[in-house]
Amino acid sequence: MAEAILKCSNVSIEFGGLTAVDDFNMYITEGELVGLIGPNGAGKTTAFNLLTGVYSPTSGSIEFCGEDVTGKKPSYITEKGVARTFQNIRLFSELSVLDNVKIAFHKHIRYGLLEAALRIGRYMEDEIRTDIRARQLLKIFDLEDLAEETAKNLPYGAQRRLEIARALATGPKLLLLDEPAAGMNPQETQELMNLIAWLQKKFGISILLIEHDMSLVMGICERIYVLEYGMTIAMGSPAEIQRDPQVIRAYLGGDD
Amino acid sequence: MIERKVDALLATVGLVIFAIIYGLIEAEVIGPFWKLNIIIICINVIMSVSLNLINGYTGQFSLGHAGFMAVGAYVSVVLTAKLQLPFGLAILAAAAAAGFVGFLIGIPTLRLNGDYLAIATLGLCEIIRIVIMNIDYVGGAAGFTGIPRYTTFAWAFLVMLATLLFIKNFVNSAYGRACIAIRENEIAAEAMGVKVVNYKVLAFTLGAAFAGIAGALFAHCFYILMPGTFGFLQSFNYLIMVVLGGLGSITGSIAGAIVVTGISAALAGVPEFRMIIYSLILILLMFYRPQGLFGYVEITNLPVFRYLKNMSPEAKKAMGMADEADGKGGRA
Repeated sequence: MAEAILKCSNVSIEFGGLTAVDDFNMYITEGELVGLIGPNGAGKTTAFNLLTGVYSPTSGSIEFCGEDVTGKKPSYITEKGVARTFQNIRLFSELSVLDNVKIAFHKHIRYGLLEAALRIGRYMEDEIRTDIRARQLLKIFDLEDLAEETAKNLPYGAQRRLEIARALATGPKLLLLDEPAAGMNPQETQELMNLIAWLQKKFGISILLIEHDMSLVMGICERIYVLEYGMTIAMGSPAEIQRDPQVIRAYLGGDD
Repeated sequence: MIERKVDALLATVGLVIFAIIYGLIEAEVIGPFWKLNIIIICINVIMSVSLNLINGYTGQFSLGHAGFMAVGAYVSVVLTAKLQLPFGLAILAAAAAAGFVGFLIGIPTLRLNGDYLAIATLGLCEIIRIVIMNIDYVGGAAGFTGIPRYTTFAWAFLVMLATLLFIKNFVNSAYGRACIAIRENEIAAEAMGVKVVNYKVLAFTLGAAFAGIAGALFAHCFYILMPGTFGFLQSFNYLIMVVLGGLGSITGSIAGAIVVTGISAALAGVPEFRMIIYSLILILLMFYRPQGLFGYVEITNLPVFRYLKNMSPEAKKAMGMADEADGKGGRA
């Protein structure tokens, strides 16, 4: 088995008296596509926020590439190679599509403040390189013709794609996608799932995908975690998950 | 280097405007009253553009800009009037001192958001003013007298031009993009690897440093310097310029500073109606153009600059390189 790049051990978080995520254990190996599913309110997004440093866990530890990143800031964790998208799209809405992606190249900028102000030294080289790489990424997501468009004017599906493009621009080893297909029609969803599977192979990155619609992830994920009320109720291959009585109960209801 | 070409063009336009106004002043077409007001406009342009960096670009609502101006003003007059140092050095020291104060104030206050930040900066600005008022070495509440009147039109205009080019290039660099990202969505900016607190402090420090420069220029316009000049009403005045011109537009801040300062100077002859007319103009402008005169638009978006940008060999080369790379890296 390949080395685990992400390891969550016994992670819990409480808000007041409510335990939103309880004793969460997860590992993701290099190049793996993992799904995180569960009914609404199961704690999936909270788990994401824990992994990306938005929340600090009440207890437990998170390890990324062998380094303990528990309680570190989101920008630090991004720098280490974890990128994410948001369930409710968070683009830089007044900026152009191109600038949205350029911002995510932030950590690759080498020029200093004075070089920027006087436009000397590495400024031009870095800016041209950033421009080229940003446009390449946009091309992958079929957004190159919209590069100069203001992000908020994009159709919904394109905004979702832009968010993924922007996340990839940070150069992640692990990409976290929070319900990337939310609000998309079945055809768009299918295209997106194909794109995600393609990204995983092309960039050789690990992907963790949140979905509450089980059927979507079954096709592409290698392993699936199922959350309910903050607890991990099942983990396994899609086939195992589909047969798991607890999962069936969580999704379809039934007697306890 | 297309961007440098734009810079050169802007600098040339600036210098032409400088030469024209300078000629008019020398020929005494512009009298001493308007000459002084033109200098004040230059100073106010520095103030509004630097405040825009904080409020408009980084989206942090600061109401204490006059406080940093006061720091710069007092540091510079001590250096020139008391220690007989050259004016240029005093301006740099003013920038450093005001920037340092901005840095110190920024670290704790920039953890606050919106209204809370506004109130905190307002309070700290008042503290600066009151501290100065109680230092006898600089004249206390009675004011600092005997200041050499070093600020000429040339000083004010050329320093303003340098400030404009600096801030324009800053906001168009990766640093500026990081600041704008914070304004647009703080959580997303942090998730993209932008160290939000650092960039807020950076923008605040830079804004304060330029306010310090403006303060040094302002202090050397007159023989006397009073701490009362830098009250919170003055901070509001700069805020009005920025909002009027358009948050997030340098062109807007320039226009805002010219309009606000120009109106108040033009109405100096009718003091009883001055504030009424001034307020009416503000109300009407906000009513019909809530985004400010320029919104997010810059003068460099005008067709002549677009033409320049499109024709540049750099741009073509960049596109050509992108096309090549697409062949290899594009989606199969």
